[in-house]
Amino acid sequence: MRMEENRVSFEPKLLGFLCNWCSYAGADLAGVSRIQYPPNMRVIRVMCSGRVDPEFVIQALELGIDGVYVMGCHIGDCHYLDGNYEAIRKFDMTKKFLSFVGLDNRIRLDWVSASEGVRFGEVVSKFVEDIKALGPSPLSGDTPDQELLEKVKAIREAVSSNRMRALVGRQRKITEEENVYGEKVPEEEFDVLMDQAIKEEYDRHRILLALEKDSKSVKDLGIELNLDPSIVLEHTLTLKSRSQVDFQKIIGNTPIFMRI
Amino acid sequence: MSEERNEEEIRVGVFVCHCGSNIGGVIDCKKLAEEVRNFPDVAYTEDNLYTCSENGLAAIKKAVEEHKLNRVVVASCTPRTHEPLFRECISEAGLNPYLFNFVNIRDQCTWVHMKHPEEAYDKAKDLIKMGAAKAVKLEPLDMIMVNINPAALVIGGGVAGMSAALSLSRQGFKTYIVEKEDKLGGRLNSLHKLFPYDIEATEFVGKIINNVKNAQNLEVITSSRVINIEGFIGNYEVEIDQNGNIRKLEVGAIIVAVGSSLLNPQGLFGYDGIKRITQYELEPKLKNKDLKAKEVVMIQCAGSRNDERPYCSSVCCMTALKNALTIKELNPDIHVTILFRDLYTPGTSYEEYYRKAREQGVLFVKYDEDRMPNVEENQVKVFNEYIGDEMIIAYDLLVLSTPLVANSDNKDLAQLLKVPLEANGFFLEAHVKLRPNDFATDGVYIGGSAKWPVDITETISQGYAAASRASTILSHETIEVEGATSILPEYNKSLCTGCEVCIKVCPYNAIKKNENDEIEIIQALCKGCGLCAATCTNKALVIRHFTDDQILSEIYAYGGE
Repeated sequence: MRMEENRVSFEPKLLGFLCNWCSYAGADLAGVSRIQYPPNMRVIRVMCSGRVDPEFVIQALELGIDGVYVMGCHIGDCHYLDGNYEAIRKFDMTKKFLSFVGLDNRIRLDWVSASEGVRFGEVVSKFVEDIKALGPSPLSGDTPDQELLEKVKAIREAVSSNRMRALVGRQRKITEEENVYGEKVPEEEFDVLMDQAIKEEYDRHRILLALEKDSKSVKDLGIELNLDPSIVLEHTLTLKSRSQVDFQKIIGNTPIFMRI
Repeated sequence: MSEERNEEEIRVGVFVCHCGSNIGGVIDCKKLAEEVRNFPDVAYTEDNLYTCSENGLAAIKKAVEEHKLNRVVVASCTPRTHEPLFRECISEAGLNPYLFNFVNIRDQCTWVHMKHPEEAYDKAKDLIKMGAAKAVKLEPLDMIMVNINPAALVIGGGVAGMSAALSLSRQGFKTYIVEKEDKLGGRLNSLHKLFPYDIEATEFVGKIINNVKNAQNLEVITSSRVINIEGFIGNYEVEIDQNGNIRKLEVGAIIVAVGSSLLNPQGLFGYDGIKRITQYELEPKLKNKDLKAKEVVMIQCAGSRNDERPYCSSVCCMTALKNALTIKELNPDIHVTILFRDLYTPGTSYEEYYRKAREQGVLFVKYDEDRMPNVEENQVKVFNEYIGDEMIIAYDLLVLSTPLVANSDNKDLAQLLKVPLEANGFFLEAHVKLRPNDFATDGVYIGGSAKWPVDITETISQGYAAASRASTILSHETIEVEGATSILPEYNKSLCTGCEVCIKVCPYNAIKKNENDEIEIIQALCKGCGLCAATCTNKALVIRHFTDDQILSEIYAYGGE
């Protein structure tokens, strides 16, 4: 009963990151034009959509915010030449991570120009409508889904990891320009590499978080995280070589790992 | 000093503006001001009828002094219009201008949620909470002072470039023109007459070239190209290659006046360069009066306003009219037919030109893009839109009005200057209406057909415009540039792995490795977009005024920690 009532009266709590030059100006124009749209979204102004660190988006979701909107200048119109291309790269990675936990449809990237006041109202209204249809975030309210919360935390740490940031930061260089050997990596090939890295780092950061609470064996980690022990072992050894985990002790023949 | 600052108690003052009834008519500003008093570190709040008025500004200054405020938040309209005013106000009150934060509760709140005053109130409260949380984390910043070298480089020695260079040199600024060809004049050297007053092109351009040659402070460097550009506003170092000799110039501002190129007409309407030529190839024939044709047919929009080149070249209609009239003047018995899609003759004098052409017996036939004229050996078949039937027009000279296109080397220059090109390869200005002759990069300006095809009148106006924009910089000894830039703070240096991702993503070439192999950000070049900080693999770079810490504090304030 309460659930149903909740669904009917659910007003999503949304956050928008707006670039200063286009979408923030577009939002201002919506005001000047007295365009009316639902009051669900709070705005954080950034200078460029490319400034939106994936960590910000994940952090907002982790806090139970129902949806996050990133808006920038239209492609080709970026005040900083091509900051919005970087925004796409960051956003795509974030979305792929979130698809593991079914939160990927709670974030959106869009372009609104300084002259698109009407459109700003439209896209925000649509976002509110779509998130309403999804219902409240499982991380919202007084009793957030703890298991999911752990996974989202792992994602937040993963998007902040050196490897993911390096991949995203170099993506355009690698796929759009030739390297010193005159080779250009096709977009599709890079995507395969990226997808693999995303999966690996997601699992590795889940392992790290699990080891933060207490030290565990590979087998126990596999059970806790519902992962194949051989994969867990592989990741754990990688994490060890990165000096992120270490042997705490060995019980019988079983090494027990801990997070450093 | 900085340690002292860290220990200082943060005292935020929040000023909630009614903006008359714009905000106050929708939500209860007085209640809001009282309620936000409970937010962390908020030491003082008040509501003002108009915070931007003299009374409002005086209230801020008074409160800063009386309540020892060291952060100020104004909740009112938009930072895009009023941030400079409030920054100046708190600066007068003795605070660093960057210790001010703006909260937009009008344009993005009461104006757009008029029918939901309760929700608008909650939203305004959240926004103030977030704004105050960010304000707590704000740090004082200094504006950066940059010395200005009062010299200018004009790239391109056509009419646009010469107009700009003459204007600047006459104002006393040392000016250089770098021209790729071996002489000045650009496209005008190859034209016959100029519309709408039938001025001889060579005579006209000759006068300008003469002025350039006699000008003081103005040096022309022909047969040369720009091969490297370094530096920033007021302090550019430019390398010029003149027939293999490298020369270095130091200038404070750069004007791009490289003009445009002619379209290669191969494959268009049976073009052969003899019987089927372009308007540009017609010009010398008219100049030398060796036109033997009796039946001339011109085709407008030949190669433009299509999928490949969607733009209007803007000069071709007038060029066709001009050449048609010149033909009629040479021999009124020559038949001239102009096949057009739409005829653009804006303004009073151009429209008159069109009327004159009709009076002289020039025929105009409208065709449609979906039914292009079919050019055969001695005749053109065209579906006449007005009579709704196909016409067959005999010709012994077919003239194509081909568009001006972007120079093929624009991309190289754009990369050197770090300025953008639009989809057709022309240079893209900072803003089509507000900053038509600026680039987003400070100290670099644009004029003439480098931006899109324009006629001589417009070219000269734009040359002057670019020069006047450049002189707003050159006339100062020093200027202030934005202080909210990226840095690699001393305390983060150990985090930098030297991966150089920041160097690659920086749109302004503002990041380099210095002689100690450390990442260094040239403050005067940095525009504060924050791409580098958001990309830095180890989060060593900090984008000031939009730091991770500041933005996260806004997220926490809204989401709850």
